Amino acid sequence: MSDGTPTKKAPYVVPIGPIHPALKEPVQFLFELEGEVVKKADFAPGQTHRGIEWMGMHRNPVQIVHLTDRICGICGVTHSLSFARAVEQIVDIEVPARADYIRVIIAELERIQSHLLWAGVAAHELGFDTLFYLAWRVREESMDVIEYITGNRVNYGLVQIGGVRRDIVSNQHPTIKKCLDGYRDLLGKMLKLFLKDTTIAIRCKDTGVLTFEKALELSCVGPTARASGVVKDLRHDYPYSAYGDLDIFPILPSAYGGEINGDVYDRIIVRLLEIEQSIGIIETCLKEMPEGPILWEPKLPKLLSACKKAQGESVGRHEAPRGECLHYVAMDGHEAPAMWKIKASSYSNLHSWIPILEGEQLADVPIIVASIDPCLSCTDRVAVVRGVQQDLMTKEDLHRLSVEKTRRIQGC
Amino acid sequence: MNETILTPQELIDRFTTAFGDAVSEPRIQIRAEGVKKNQNINIWMTITRDALKPAISMLKEISYPHLSVISGWDAGEELRMQYIFSIYFGERHGEYMVIFTVPLTKDDLVLPTITDIMPGALFTEREKQEMFGVTIQDIPDGRRLFLPEDFPEGVYPLRKDETGIPDKMVKHLWELGRPTDRPVPPVTEKEEEPKTEAGEKKVKKEEKTGKNTTPEEKKPEAEVKKDE
Repeated sequence: MSDGTPTKKAPYVVPIGPIHPALKEPVQFLFELEGEVVKKADFAPGQTHRGIEWMGMHRNPVQIVHLTDRICGICGVTHSLSFARAVEQIVDIEVPARADYIRVIIAELERIQSHLLWAGVAAHELGFDTLFYLAWRVREESMDVIEYITGNRVNYGLVQIGGVRRDIVSNQHPTIKKCLDGYRDLLGKMLKLFLKDTTIAIRCKDTGVLTFEKALELSCVGPTARASGVVKDLRHDYPYSAYGDLDIFPILPSAYGGEINGDVYDRIIVRLLEIEQSIGIIETCLKEMPEGPILWEPKLPKLLSACKKAQGESVGRHEAPRGECLHYVAMDGHEAPAMWKIKASSYSNLHSWIPILEGEQLADVPIIVASIDPCLSCTDRVAVVRGVQQDLMTKEDLHRLSVEKTRRIQGC
Repeated sequence: MNETILTPQELIDRFTTAFGDAVSEPRIQIRAEGVKKNQNINIWMTITRDALKPAISMLKEISYPHLSVISGWDAGEELRMQYIFSIYFGERHGEYMVIFTVPLTKDDLVLPTITDIMPGALFTEREKQEMFGVTIQDIPDGRRLFLPEDFPEGVYPLRKDETGIPDKMVKHLWELGRPTDRPVPPVTEKEEEPKTEAGEKKVKKEEKTGKNTTPEEKKPEAEVKKDE
């Protein structure tokens, strides 16, 4: 520390990042601390901004669909589905019903793998690495099924404007069902391991509380909002694709029998129960999937010429694993869209970090930051290295603090 | 919050009676998907800048809105800002999207902040300032959001006029071509012989037709052939 700076006086300012304290994704935090307690929190996203929207405005819609696959490394179908739905509305394309069902199946498989990935990260942040290994091992099964259906693990390339590119045929059903049955058997164990564990309960209950009012005011989405009692789930409120044919109700933490507190523990409940819900949705869709074509127009030049003629603006939305994902598209009779705006789910949830971090202990920062399941590649879309004079706290330091706290609680 | 749920037309009527000429071009966009064809309703309205805040307050009285994002569209003469809201969430199949479009002329790119009504709007308002060069009046936190600190002032990435991304900031990777300071890979050398012969034959033909070609010009032609 240089001379003249009030280094010995509280509050201390601790910068964390751009290496993320919870995930291996970059964001910069700035905490003002008094002792161990966070008095003021601030953060700077944009460390992975790639300018995808600008790139998209120089490409045609079919090219953009493949670009949208690469916005996020976890939500492989979220962005392509939202974008495709926006373009379909402008061009007035009617998607075949079978394609709607396939879209839902893949979206729900994605939710399962995303929530399991999150459960693993949460367990790791708490220092519960056995559970982290379990969650990530079982996650592989859903990844395998996604690969079995689409041919890819991460960038699925399944959604096309006007439908999907690959069908799910009946002889694929046994493999998918086997995976779902495996998850159903496992879920009881996961719920017990996460929710009945005393240490997890002590670390997560009343930690990182997001009140109902704050969640509503800050326009939070997805499991973060639902854990605070905001009834909001696009699959139920604004059903698109095949969701309108299904009976889906938003899952609130009270479904597990307790009260709604809006803490980290409630966010665990919501996500774990949503895995169960997704299993049910996929099974129903496989059963009720209508016969028919999977694409509105398989010939790309025809599809592109229809897109080129279209004029207008629209929004496409999808309930991603982290909440509402929205794409605004405007087309003005040119090959490339006139405007394309991406609103990822984490975009709406990131500002909830400030109220939920303030007043908490530094050792709780990793789990609270992770609890909203932030996905920064989605939200940021020019990498920059920022010079920081103060001491940097790395992810490892923070992680160590968090593990130490767990050990203290366990008394070992 | 009101208990009665308005139909889309009733909602539009409320705004047109309250704000008169300030509300124009209302339209209801309906989209139905799936086997049961459930209808999803989007309500679009163009409103003036002065009516923006009262309109949002009125929306808040009808039902607490969720602000998805503020988007923008550089449509040449004007900048069209879309305030994308949704109301009645939590109702089964009952959510409406309400989208207010606020047109701004390019010489007067000022908008009032709505963070006093919708605190969650701060993020997206900060983004609009850096991406579109719109000034948000009374914004509580006017820092940049996504753009790096060393990004040049006066360049707004999502604008399509002279303030947009200049060509010199764009890296065209394909223009760089193949690196010239590296040895040619050994595998392609074998294939080179017949191809250069073919290239020379072509040159000879051209010479017969009376065209002059210098040796420097021959080489790149052969290389282009190889690339294909």
